[in-house]
Amino acid sequence: MSLYRDTGVVLRVQKLGEADRIITLVTRKHGKVRAVAKGVRRTTSRFGARVEPFAHVDVQFYTGRTLDIITQVQTLDAFGAGIMSDYQRYTAGCAVLETADRLSAEEGEPVLRLYLLVTGALRALADGQRDSSLVLDAFLLRAMAFAGWAPAVRECARCNEPGPHRSFSVPAGGSVCPRCRPAGAAIPAQDTLVLMDALASGTWDVAEAASPNARREGSGLIAALLQWHLERQLRSLPLVDRKGVPSGQ
Amino acid sequence: MYEGPVQDLIDELGRLPGVGPKSAQRIAFHLLGADPADIARLQQALQKVKEGVVFCDVCGNVSEEATCRICRDARRDPGSVCVVEEPKDVLAIERTREFKGRYHVLGGALDPLSGIGPDQLRVRELLARISDQEVTEVILATDPNTEGEATATYLVRMLRDFPGLTVTRLASGLPMGGDLEFADELTLGRALSGRRTV
Repeated sequence: MSLYRDTGVVLRVQKLGEADRIITLVTRKHGKVRAVAKGVRRTTSRFGARVEPFAHVDVQFYTGRTLDIITQVQTLDAFGAGIMSDYQRYTAGCAVLETADRLSAEEGEPVLRLYLLVTGALRALADGQRDSSLVLDAFLLRAMAFAGWAPAVRECARCNEPGPHRSFSVPAGGSVCPRCRPAGAAIPAQDTLVLMDALASGTWDVAEAASPNARREGSGLIAALLQWHLERQLRSLPLVDRKGVPSGQ
Repeated sequence: MYEGPVQDLIDELGRLPGVGPKSAQRIAFHLLGADPADIARLQQALQKVKEGVVFCDVCGNVSEEATCRICRDARRDPGSVCVVEEPKDVLAIERTREFKGRYHVLGGALDPLSGIGPDQLRVRELLARISDQEVTEVILATDPNTEGEATATYLVRMLRDFPGLTVTRLASGLPMGGDLEFADELTLGRALSGRRTV
């Protein structure tokens, strides 16, 4: 009997059969894990509520033939309670979970930094101290850095010439100097690039002082960058409630 | 692989939710040996469910007519509307025999991970119904899971500005027949915060 134990965040759940669910988690030591939780849709389930999306849990798995089986679960942080109580936080949280799911494509490959980023983002969303839209954008920027797609904000993405530069090109990977500027590059406000730099580095006082226009433009550029690199649309991003600010699709 | 029609039947049955290849085979051979009258009844039932069943214009529940039996029933209280995710939830609440009002079926729950937002649900119809009719109480009976709770939170935000409208949520707590030590923190926390004087 092969058992192993790890801590993880529940990214998504899918119904399986009569009362089971397939739970996808990003874990500290084993990367992304998909495992079956038996009988959790029954109201009498001993750990059904612990394996809901946003839950940070300590899990014991039994190695199965195709999918592992969850045998015990203990809650470490019930982020769900704080996130579900606010629709904006919920939609931002869903975008965090979907991004983490996409970036940890290989099951079993350790993604410690992504795991720490997800728990940090969900903790910030559940606390409700910061604007959920800014928390999401900061997470997306740092998650892109984890994947090796950190946008160049302070220097030219192509020739590395120190900036700030006025033009921004999504395919080039960030701001570009006048010599490298490709056709169709956007010209965002300088405040937008300052905001993106602040979000990536965690300078929250600068980020929170940003104007609504800079936030809207920044969110649009970050969403476009992420989806360009992922080569697909994220389902949850168009549904993110940004207090009247469009999600930048 | 079986020959022609038997394999076709197994394949079709295997596409139903919760029916695996072994179950499909078992059902197919049961049907093969069944009385022709039983098969004819099953055939009729399948045909009728597709041709004769529509969604109620008022509440969105499955119905044989444009308005369902519950919405037509004059004895039911039109002032109380219970909001549920699926038609099968209407049946679950009806079985309790506790609720005498009417229903509103949303057609699912908010689930951004599956691309389901407010526009994909019957939220606009609910708001129109509350504006037009004499509704005094809305009971949010969405599932007690992440998507159901988020849907309830969203509906509370949309409904709080209606004057004179009471919005309530189904109580949440410990199931009968369980041990306290096995209760999860979320459920136990809710049971504590929603405790009542006895």
